[in-house]
Amino acid sequence: MSDTIDHPTGLDGLAPILTGRGLVKTFGRVVGLNGADIDLFPGEVLAVIGDNGAGKSTLIKCFSGAHVPDSGEMTVDGQQVEFSSTHEARAGGIETVFQTLAVAPALDIASNLYLGREIRKEGILGQLFRTLDKKRMRTQAGQHLQDLGIGTLQDITQAVETLSGGQRQAVAVARAAAFGSKVIILDEPTAALGVRESARVLQLIDDLRNRGMPVILISHNMPQVFELADRIHVQRLGRRAAVITPDSHSMNDAVAIMTGALEVPDDEQTLGPVRVPATEG
Amino acid sequence: MTTSTTAPDLAEEFGTDSTLIGRIQSTLHRYPYLSPLTVLLVAMVIFTLLNDRFILATNLSLMSQQAVIVGTLAIAQTLVILTAGIDLSIGAIMVFGQMMMANLAVSADAANVQFAWGLPWFIALAAGVLIAVIAGGFNGFLITQFNLPPFIVTLGTLSIFTALSLILFKARTIQGRELPGGLKAMGETASLGSFRLMAGVGMMLALYALFAYVLRNTAWGTHVYAVGDDPEAAELSGISTRRVLFSVYAVAGLIIGVAGWITIGRVGSASPNVAPNINLDSITAVVIGGTSLFGGRGTMVGTLLGALIVTVVENGLALAGLDQAYRVLAVGLLVIAAVALDQWIRRVDA
Repeated sequence: MSDTIDHPTGLDGLAPILTGRGLVKTFGRVVGLNGADIDLFPGEVLAVIGDNGAGKSTLIKCFSGAHVPDSGEMTVDGQQVEFSSTHEARAGGIETVFQTLAVAPALDIASNLYLGREIRKEGILGQLFRTLDKKRMRTQAGQHLQDLGIGTLQDITQAVETLSGGQRQAVAVARAAAFGSKVIILDEPTAALGVRESARVLQLIDDLRNRGMPVILISHNMPQVFELADRIHVQRLGRRAAVITPDSHSMNDAVAIMTGALEVPDDEQTLGPVRVPATEG
Repeated sequence: MTTSTTAPDLAEEFGTDSTLIGRIQSTLHRYPYLSPLTVLLVAMVIFTLLNDRFILATNLSLMSQQAVIVGTLAIAQTLVILTAGIDLSIGAIMVFGQMMMANLAVSADAANVQFAWGLPWFIALAAGVLIAVIAGGFNGFLITQFNLPPFIVTLGTLSIFTALSLILFKARTIQGRELPGGLKAMGETASLGSFRLMAGVGMMLALYALFAYVLRNTAWGTHVYAVGDDPEAAELSGISTRRVLFSVYAVAGLIIGVAGWITIGRVGSASPNVAPNINLDSITAVVIGGTSLFGGRGTMVGTLLGALIVTVVENGLALAGLDQAYRVLAVGLLVIAAVALDQWIRRVDA
């Protein structure tokens, strides 16, 4: 591998926005993570791939607060963090779009965008009785969707269950984008979608990157990963097997790494940043 | 903001089913109380045609009073069912609460009465409502702390509270003349023309308005829907499903306590054997009102309409000269039709 991939010009000093070191998580006798590392750099899309049971979901659930690792260290923005709930992870600037989407189908789009952190009216009504400022929730929800270029889609008072799979995904992504101040994690965002809807969700992810938002993308879909990702983190047997880029390795290589058929020496990996972060605005 | 390049044709798949049936389905999906409203109006027209006494103000007053106990309890039942739960102990808690009120308020010279402390009526009332809140909270505690199904917990507490009422209060009916006026206040009526509005009916309507507002306009209301809709999603969104569930059962207890007060006024005495079928009747009202037993969807307006439909059908069939058995039959058919309609409406997203 050439040096330009490991250390592209001007990126030497770029510090990771999120790191994990030696993360271990077991479920009874099942080992989910066995000393896993991960690095995410500002402004990049990091794909996480791996066979079933390789620990992809477990790894990201540590950062989204759904799991608490048994041991290991996690940092966000250089600060060591421990998340014991999804709530704490959110407060720490990490938003996750779970595979199940975590939307309430019967509630409308605005309510879903603000689920669990509703905007309340000012004054005593809001503080004591948690009265909602529905008007502000609706206008702001509309604004967030507009920002993501899906504003045309929405009658904001429509129940989420009346939306197609891709539109629901768009709502979940919009929710993450609206609140994720530091990192957005997407777990298999296209797994349940058709080709066209998948393409739109990938477009949304690309938009997020263009706005400078770092994204972790878990996916089974190799062509998607190779099309979209800046770097590809290959998870195997609960550890990071290698980090490659779409340029440095082929899809066949990636599969070979996933199955253990190919080992990539450190100097052929892409452990450092490759993308200059986009600045928003 | 950076201008986005996202496919604008996301909107294009947003189109809804344009057939008539499809439009009806999605309209009902959006405004679930439309179907009970239609049923209520149609039923009232039919019964008026069958017997013109049906629509007289005296009969309307009577129906409002016939609906008041089940109508008030159905508010509590709606909250519980919205969380995909069920409360079979509603009637037992109500009886327990009203017996507590009556027994505390009865003066010391009455025979065979527990307590008989002759407390001021409002203190007795507060104590009775408090007992109902504690009883509801006990349901919520068992459901959230031990992860027990609401059906099982409330089936158990139905027996427990029924038995406690009989044991503690010696199965004795407290007659109206033994009770202070304040405890019977919900039975007072005021004339609006020839319509007689009972205070309990006013209280019931006020509770409907309050909880309709709370469900629509507070974070708690949103969370009640979310927890019933998809508890996992609610939890992942940072909502404490346990806290919400517990609070729902406790608030249900509060409403049940008030319903106990209304019942004393409506019946004119406090009896441990009042309204034996009230549990199932409250569920019937909720279901006919379009609230889904699977949780997450339904409205207070719908439940009020549901309670009125049951009353109107029973009253109307009686005026039409039909036997009690036919009225029960009609309500049974209504319940099944309502659930079938709910299933159909829910398929709008498929």
